Amino acid sequence: MSTRKFGAPIKRNIDPRLLTGRGAFTDDINLPGVLHAAFVRSPFARARINGIDTSIAEQAEGVVAVYTCDNIGHLDIELPLLIPHPSMTKARTQRPLARGDVYYVGQTVAMVVAVDRYVAEDAAALVDVDYDPLDVELDLEQAIEDGAPLVHPTHPNNIAADFTQVSGDPEAAFAEAEHVTRIRVQVDRSTAAAMECRTVAARYDATRGELTVWDGTQAPLGVRGGLASIFGMDEDKVRVIAPDVGGGFGQKVMFPYPDELLVPHAAIQLGRPVKYIEDRRENFIGSNQERTQIHEIELFAKKTGEVIALRDNFLHDTGAFIPYGIAVAQVASTSIAGPYRIPNIHVRFRAVYTPTVPVTPYRGCGRPQACFAIERAMDQLAEELGIDRFEIRRRNLIRDEDFPYTREGLLFADGLRVKLDSGQYLKALDMARDAIGWNEFAAMQSRAADEGKSLGLGLAYYVEGTGLGPYEGGHVKIHPITGKVYVNTGLTSQGQGHDTVFAQIVSDQLGVKVEDVIVVEGDTGTFEWGVATFASRAAVVSGNAIHKTAVKVREQTIKAAANMLEADPLQVVLSDGYAEVPGTNRRVSLAAVATATNPLRYAFNSAAQAATQFASASRHDGPPLIDGQHPGLEATDYFSPECATWAYGVHAAIVEVDRETCRVDVKKYICIHDCGNMINPVIVDGQVMGGFAQGIGGALYERIEYDTDGNPTNANFVDFLIPYATEVPAIEISHLETPSPLNPLGVKGVGEAGCIAVGATLASGIEDALRPMGGAKFHKTPITPSMIFEAMAKA
Amino acid sequence: MAAAGDELRMWRNFQRRARFFRPDVGECRVKPPLFDYLVARSSDEAIRLLSDNPGAMILAGGQSLIPAMNFRLASPSALIDISRIAALKSIDIVDGNVRVGAAVKHRDLEQSDAAFAVNPLMRTALHYVAHVPIRNRGTTVGSLCHADAAAEMPMILLLSDGWVMAEGPNGQRKIPAAEFFEFHMTTTREADEMIVSATFPALPSGAGYAFAEFARRKGDYAVAAVGAILECDLDGRVAAARLAACGIASRPIRLFDVEASLVGANLSDAEIDAAGELAKEAVTAPDDANATTAYRQHLLASLTRRVIREASEKVRKG
Ligand SMILES: Cc1cc2nc3c(=O)[nH]c(=O)nc-3n(C[C@H](O)[C@H](O)[C@H](O)COP(=O)(O)OP(=O)(O)OC[C@H]3O[C@@H](n4cnc5c(N)ncnc54)[C@H](O)[C@@H]3O)c2cc1C
Repeated sequence: MSTRKFGAPIKRNIDPRLLTGRGAFTDDINLPGVLHAAFVRSPFARARINGIDTSIAEQAEGVVAVYTCDNIGHLDIELPLLIPHPSMTKARTQRPLARGDVYYVGQTVAMVVAVDRYVAEDAAALVDVDYDPLDVELDLEQAIEDGAPLVHPTHPNNIAADFTQVSGDPEAAFAEAEHVTRIRVQVDRSTAAAMECRTVAARYDATRGELTVWDGTQAPLGVRGGLASIFGMDEDKVRVIAPDVGGGFGQKVMFPYPDELLVPHAAIQLGRPVKYIEDRRENFIGSNQERTQIHEIELFAKKTGEVIALRDNFLHDTGAFIPYGIAVAQVASTSIAGPYRIPNIHVRFRAVYTPTVPVTPYRGCGRPQACFAIERAMDQLAEELGIDRFEIRRRNLIRDEDFPYTREGLLFADGLRVKLDSGQYLKALDMARDAIGWNEFAAMQSRAADEGKSLGLGLAYYVEGTGLGPYEGGHVKIHPITGKVYVNTGLTSQGQGHDTVFAQIVSDQLGVKVEDVIVVEGDTGTFEWGVATFASRAAVVSGNAIHKTAVKVREQTIKAAANMLEADPLQVVLSDGYAEVPGTNRRVSLAAVATATNPLRYAFNSAAQAATQFASASRHDGPPLIDGQHPGLEATDYFSPECATWAYGVHAAIVEVDRETCRVDVKKYICIHDCGNMINPVIVDGQVMGGFAQGIGGALYERIEYDTDGNPTNANFVDFLIPYATEVPAIEISHLETPSPLNPLGVKGVGEAGCIAVGATLASGIEDALRPMGGAKFHKTPITPSMIFEAMAKA
Repeated sequence: MAAAGDELRMWRNFQRRARFFRPDVGECRVKPPLFDYLVARSSDEAIRLLSDNPGAMILAGGQSLIPAMNFRLASPSALIDISRIAALKSIDIVDGNVRVGAAVKHRDLEQSDAAFAVNPLMRTALHYVAHVPIRNRGTTVGSLCHADAAAEMPMILLLSDGWVMAEGPNGQRKIPAAEFFEFHMTTTREADEMIVSATFPALPSGAGYAFAEFARRKGDYAVAAVGAILECDLDGRVAAARLAACGIASRPIRLFDVEASLVGANLSDAEIDAAGELAKEAVTAPDDANATTAYRQHLLASLTRRVIREASEKVRKG
């Protein structure tokens, strides 16, 4: 038997292709005769449109069509509310092209289709839109005041949703508290900034009535469902292909963006392929963003530091529309108690409309905000009670024997209970304390202080609800000619390395090389059941579906091979692409088994001879395929989790704050991480590191800036500061592997882990470093040099 | 020069367009408008093309101009590419000073040992200009012409008391750095003139020098940067001091008050601290997303103290 591939640090299958420029992204798809689209976008945060004059643009040479809300027929609708929830009344969603009003700078008002993108852009500038600008309020707290300008007249005080969840008996617990800590924290808006912006290309085959759409999306099946519904077509007449996609991070799980409908529409109308490749500026002003939340969090504690209740009341900026429902706020509100027992919870949020780019999930999806709130509050409580920061956490962590730990009353973003399924929370904390060198730190800090340096230690604990349902599927098939194994699932990859981990899972069951397992995702034409890539769910949900399917194909293979080898199935081993009986010379390749299980009339190769009607093993006394049997080695199965599985981890850092430049220098950063059984530690580390880099961005650099009129002022990579490699410090990662009891592979998700705790950890460290300088608090991210200067100046 | 109040107003207007562009301007896009592309074989031809094509612009390394065109901040009728003019590609030592041709890449200047021997400040500062791939294409003279208020090389030219040579239909004229940089992205070059070279004078013999910068990310334009050239007499007192800064105003600025305070000083901690405090007054840039004015003042004071200390350590006395 070959060694187990599950858990092996195998290099990613896709890397050679992507790194040598052989990837095929939407813009690489060659569509003869293709036309190009460009958009006219609102230059105002809030305005009434008095009229749109397209006549000059239409006459420009090379322009094929100009669309406004008046000539897009059945597309002139409010787009679907993807995730309905009772906390929202009359949830507002965007129209593909504005009708009457615009609600944020960047909203699509008209689309120009022309022979090339330059002509389309120039013509877009010729569309004359007559606007009456309206008043706006950008400040979240001001926006809910009486009399504040409204984004939607339908929604008083700009409240999009108001939702409270309760676990335990918080009112009673509040009264029993011996100490209350109360802080206000704020996390600011950022954006996914994937390397490839969003893309869509479409071709319509009128004779067959078939629409093919190439879409850089995380949700090809969702896009197909949306297109089929809105265009009134059968689902199998719409094929959506997500080719190579250069990063998604949640921004591309949202659908349909206006272009995802308008480009196919134009392709159908004009009878020519149409392509739209979003540029960076459009990505900043037209593709969804996330993060701004303001939390008022209170911890009700005993003098021992034991937290008996938590109350959190937060505002969530949902931007101009709420197409993805309250998902982000709901994840934040159900993650608010972190890894702690805290049995009594009262959490309320209000989602607030602001005249800005709409808010839908971005890697982390509410978790970084919740982590920032609870962890900063824990530090504050520790300080107020004079308890060490590790110790206060130790006293409150869920203990090993408490699992599974259910927070009755809280429903997670999948509509299912919050049940922290497994973990070794205390052990992870101890590991973090040792890894960061807590015992030696005080001495190190005072030595540094003697040299005039401000050194601090930061700490944050996080949990990550991952692997949400409802379900995914897997299809596994052994090819009769090559013996290679083909695997399909309904979700799709944006560079994560699905093809490698899924291949590892299948390789273990079928005894084939990882390279011989070919994973094909992201094409609704090859597998049409499933949901999408989001919420760190691919390994958990598709991984287990593929595992279950591979087990079935293994059974089929062993049974058929036993028959061919005249052996007991229990004797047959699958290894290196063969079925064999160990200790004998009896072996047969999987290709031959796959061929033999497919009764043939024609011997198209030598292996096929064995499957033809006069071969020795063929039946002559009944149908070649008995009732209920299917040809070949192939199966499909599904996995639907009972609820989310919760990964967790601890981050700790030693930072130096340079009092001269106010720069934060991360001297050491450690991460203890547990995502259950690891399928591939290289990929897990990669996910943690990538998330960490985005976490550094959110903690210290990235902030989407709007002026008071609602104009984005840093919508480019010059002014919006994404950390370069030089800004991302080294991270030392250690793993724990506590299996999840909720799925056969015992895995949990890891996609978002890395980014969640970085803001809280660095704020904790910076605060610690500057404690001797007057004890300024860091309750807001990103933390900029100016903020550090201000904190020192106040002291 | 604009009065202080005017300058602030101009800054604010400019800021509304961010560094490159203002996304709320309807026609702002990231594809360039139509333009002609002309290759000049000689300086004379470039200058003639400039006169013959109203609205044309010189294209050097394109690292600033092309983004500006993509954002439709610049819409030249034609680009006149000077990067293939062999005569503009040389770095020469003329009268002991470093003359840098208009087509010399940042990276070539950075790696030139001859230039380093004459004026080491150039190499020191060039390490902070963008990243190697950009320095491989961007030119130093292009950077001077672009005149970003936070750019390093304009400040080094000013600090070194250098000049540029402008050439137009009526011949050449020498423009001292102190008269060349007018405002953020604005110089006193006439529209029909091309800058053919810049001259960075040699440092005075025995002078100490230093450069310090802070940027949010490595390779970004400076939030603030300071350079210093110090000369001391035999008993260690400062005989002459030159300091300049960028990122803190609408153009590179000489820190005259700091210079004056240092002459005759023996650079005690108190004197250096006082110099840092004086530097703060040079900050006129208003709050922006990267820095508040108060923070920038603090930063400039720190960097000023640092360069004074570092430069004084390098001084050869007498
Ligand atoms: C990501 C990035 C980061 C950067 N970071 C920095 C930084 O930290 N510090 C810094 O200083 N710069 C930075 N730059 C700018 C870089 O240094 C540019 O190369 C430089 O500013 C312009 O040089 P260029 O040769 O590319 O000029 P171009 O872009 O070709 O031209 C710039 C302008 O100068 C004019 N021009 C050029 N040459 C002449 C001439 N001989 N006569 C008349 N006009 C002329 C052009 O018409 C144009 O208006 C950065 C650029 C990028 C893309």
